[in-house]
Amino acid sequence: MGVSLITMTNSVPYFIAMQDAAKAEAPKLNFDLTLAAGKQDGDEQGQIKAIEDAIAKGDKGILITPNGPGVANAIKQARDAGIYVIALEASLPASATDFTFATDNVNAGTSIGEWAAKSLNGKPARIAMLGFFNDKAVSFDYQRHQGFLKGMGIDVKDPKIKGDEAPTGKYSGGDYTIVCNEATNGAEEPARSALETCLTKDPSINVVFAGSEPIGFGAHNALKAAGKQDQAIILAVDGGCTGVKGVKEGRLSGTAQQYPGKMAQIGLDAMAKYFKDGTKPTVTPGLDFHDTGVNLVTDKPVDGVKSIDTTEGSKNCWG
Amino acid sequence: MTAASDPGVTAQNDAPEPATGVVLRAEGLTKKFGQVVGLAGVDLHVGAGEVLGVIGDNGAGKSTLINCLTGALTPDSGQLYLDGEPVVFRRPQDAREAGIETVYQTLGVAPALDIASNLFLGREIRRGGVAGQLFRFLDQRAMQQKAEVFLKQLGILTIQNMKQSVETLSGGQRQAIAVARAAAFGSKVVVLDEPTAALGVKESNLVLDMVRQLRDRGLGIVLVSHNMPNVWAVSDRIHVQRLGTCAAVLRPQTHTMSEGVAIMTGAAVV
Amino acid sequence: MTRALSGDAPTLPQEVQRTLHAHPAISPTLILVAAWITFTVINPRFLQPGALSLLVQQTAIVAILAVGQTLILLTAGIDLSVGAVCVLAAMVMAKITSEQGVPGVLAILIGIAVAMAAGLLNGILVTRLKLPPFIVTLGTLSIFTAIALLYSKGATIESGVLPGELNSTGHTWSVGAFRITAGVLLVLLVYVVVGVALRKTAWGRHVYAVGDDAQAAGLAGVRVGRVLLSVYVVAGVIYGIGAWVMIGRVGGASPNAVVDANLESITAVVIGGTSLFGGRGGLLGTLLGALIVQSFSVGLALAGVDGQFRLLAVGILVILAVSVDQWIRQVKA
Ligand SMILES: Nc1ncnc2c1ncn2[C@@H]1O[C@H](COP(=O)(O)OP(=O)(O)O)[C@@H](O)[C@H]1O
Ligand SMILES: [Mg+2]
Repeated sequence: MGVSLITMTNSVPYFIAMQDAAKAEAPKLNFDLTLAAGKQDGDEQGQIKAIEDAIAKGDKGILITPNGPGVANAIKQARDAGIYVIALEASLPASATDFTFATDNVNAGTSIGEWAAKSLNGKPARIAMLGFFNDKAVSFDYQRHQGFLKGMGIDVKDPKIKGDEAPTGKYSGGDYTIVCNEATNGAEEPARSALETCLTKDPSINVVFAGSEPIGFGAHNALKAAGKQDQAIILAVDGGCTGVKGVKEGRLSGTAQQYPGKMAQIGLDAMAKYFKDGTKPTVTPGLDFHDTGVNLVTDKPVDGVKSIDTTEGSKNCWG
Repeated sequence: MTAASDPGVTAQNDAPEPATGVVLRAEGLTKKFGQVVGLAGVDLHVGAGEVLGVIGDNGAGKSTLINCLTGALTPDSGQLYLDGEPVVFRRPQDAREAGIETVYQTLGVAPALDIASNLFLGREIRRGGVAGQLFRFLDQRAMQQKAEVFLKQLGILTIQNMKQSVETLSGGQRQAIAVARAAAFGSKVVVLDEPTAALGVKESNLVLDMVRQLRDRGLGIVLVSHNMPNVWAVSDRIHVQRLGTCAAVLRPQTHTMSEGVAIMTGAAVV
Repeated sequence: MTRALSGDAPTLPQEVQRTLHAHPAISPTLILVAAWITFTVINPRFLQPGALSLLVQQTAIVAILAVGQTLILLTAGIDLSVGAVCVLAAMVMAKITSEQGVPGVLAILIGIAVAMAAGLLNGILVTRLKLPPFIVTLGTLSIFTAIALLYSKGATIESGVLPGELNSTGHTWSVGAFRITAGVLLVLLVYVVVGVALRKTAWGRHVYAVGDDAQAAGLAGVRVGRVLLSVYVVAGVIYGIGAWVMIGRVGGASPNAVVDANLESITAVVIGGTSLFGGRGGLLGTLLGALIVQSFSVGLALAGVDGQFRLLAVGILVILAVSVDQWIRQVKA
């Protein structure tokens, strides 16, 4: 039975972990798995093409992490053609697909934001925000960003637009200033350059939000080169094995661990069950999708914020 | 530069055939492009210190002939002799090394490069020692000095700065650079394909003067042109190419331009 | 002024045009100076030694990749595969040391050799199959990117597991208040060596001639195919060295680094006054061009301008630079 997994890209460990888990699970369920991906984050056209291919091939199921609202129409066509479509990311309305298994990127951001706010212990926060893009709006990018600010108790204004929050104001523990809000393409070098510029602007930065672990490492390198590695906390999102290791070594203060492999695996399992006897998966109470969860990984737990340590985190890490 | 024979000899000779001091000779050159006949058995010779004009209608085979003489094309059959010795040119480089230089109508020079670089392009003077041998370092001063000498010799005194890029020169000056290059390195024959086609009257005359100077140095010159007055002004003999063959060899003294054109177009025969 | 045979006295614009024509590095120099003054007035931190040192370090990777790009643009070609080749070389260097235990120096050499082979492939496709460089490198961009991703699984190899030699380009020295890295010095060395080769050797002259008018160069006896091939191979080697510089700067080998290097390097080269049509320009301009792009990025960030507007500014610069190039190419005798 033909099944396609269509990821946002195939160039980052997060999606590669998803693909690897699917490759491991598919044979057990007698699925004939096809892997496809957008060329880059936000590449809707590439995903639409992959969906059309799946329809043409006569696939029975599609697992997709949508690159944007533009793919919704193609998904509808697939469903009209009788294909069972499961989203592995909650960026489209729940009704757009048959079911959604997702990690909540806003929650991921919130968990590190809460930890940051608590561990500042009332000190004024001077924040550098290092996200992914400034030339396109991609859901995980702004959701992590907004979630982090929400966790710190800062008003995010429009939840889909990053950077429209007030540059100064109050967070849950005291005064905050957002020193800079930079795009890094999710890679180390641009992240390092970006934070270097932020530090020139304001050498007293003490909180760095990193949209991903590579961004976090780039930020760490910038701080270290400036001799300021002890001055700022760096919080990231992902939960890959290198990231968890970075937390253990103290290069990152904490990371929000997500479970891409698990999403692919339970997505396929749910699909198999549905094909077998029509059983539909169930949503997480209070949400319109099944949350595959997120765990804050840090070796410096703070009161009131749930977290696991790096030993625990490295058990379920990926990449 | 070699062999300055008496330029008068061939020109005064009334018999249109074998001249003394023949430097380049072609016998029975043929060249086909698929079904199209470019050359159908062409003989030609040019003496040292002689200007051979080549005229012909479009498609008569002038370019094909020139290309066979200069190594840009290899003829299907026929034989070239240089100073009486049979030679075969497989690439332009072969002809050049044998002492035959070509001035092309449009493709002579690299516009953005300076004058000295253009004159020495592909034959740069290198420094001595490891720098020159191994790393191919240029001896720029020597190239500039020599370039100045070349241009002075040819009477192109108006160009003063050898570092000036060629595109800042007028069309005539550019062509002069191309001719000067041929003159500097051509030890036996210089072939010019339509060298005045893009030039005004004054500039054409500059180029024709240079042609005469090269002739006086004892080089054999082959000049292809559509411009009859130019051809009649400098040629000792005129090869009329028609339908892939040589229709006639004329002398400017014995035939008028309109007679030449008539033969060229087939309106008259010799 | 030594000028030949011009009748009328030139007008001021003609004079400017000629001067820019003779010295293509003038316009990028003026832009850079103007930008630095402006950004310093807006935010004096811009010109602090520490900030300037960072600016130079940030420019290093694009600057070295732009050396290869300059060579290729000088031949009227274009290389879209720069970033992909650089990433591939970096991943090879890092992976064979960290996983196969190849000694650091050897790994660097092997990585450079891989980049060289990639350049050779581009060169062969351009010279032997006579395919347009744009198409060739568009294709190899995908091929090299795919190989690098398959080989690395998209994961960064961190400096911690790499031997000292690979990380050595990140080594920093303090000179007064300035901080300079080994990578920056290496990049400058590449500029000097390639710059000298371009200006002082027969090879350099032939590179310009081939880009200026390949047919004329061929008729003059330049072996056009060989020169072109050599340019792609040399560019490959430079990208390989760039990979080493990148490892020092990134703190590891990252498959997602320099993904935009093709456009960034072309931007730097073009802003530096090298013509997209070949035969004109040089490395000094490219270095200035790379500095200009990074200066705008940092300067506008320090001025509190949003990322989108920085993109806009660089775009305007590129169009300006190409317009100026077009204008000065029309210089008349
Ligand atoms: N490369 C070629 N391929 C096919 N036909 C050619 C080629 N070159 C020349 N010809 C043909 O050979 C004949 C002679 O051409 P050419 O030597 O260019 O004449 P001319 O220079 O006198 O105008 C013409 O019929 C021309 O079409
Ligand atoms: Mg012709």
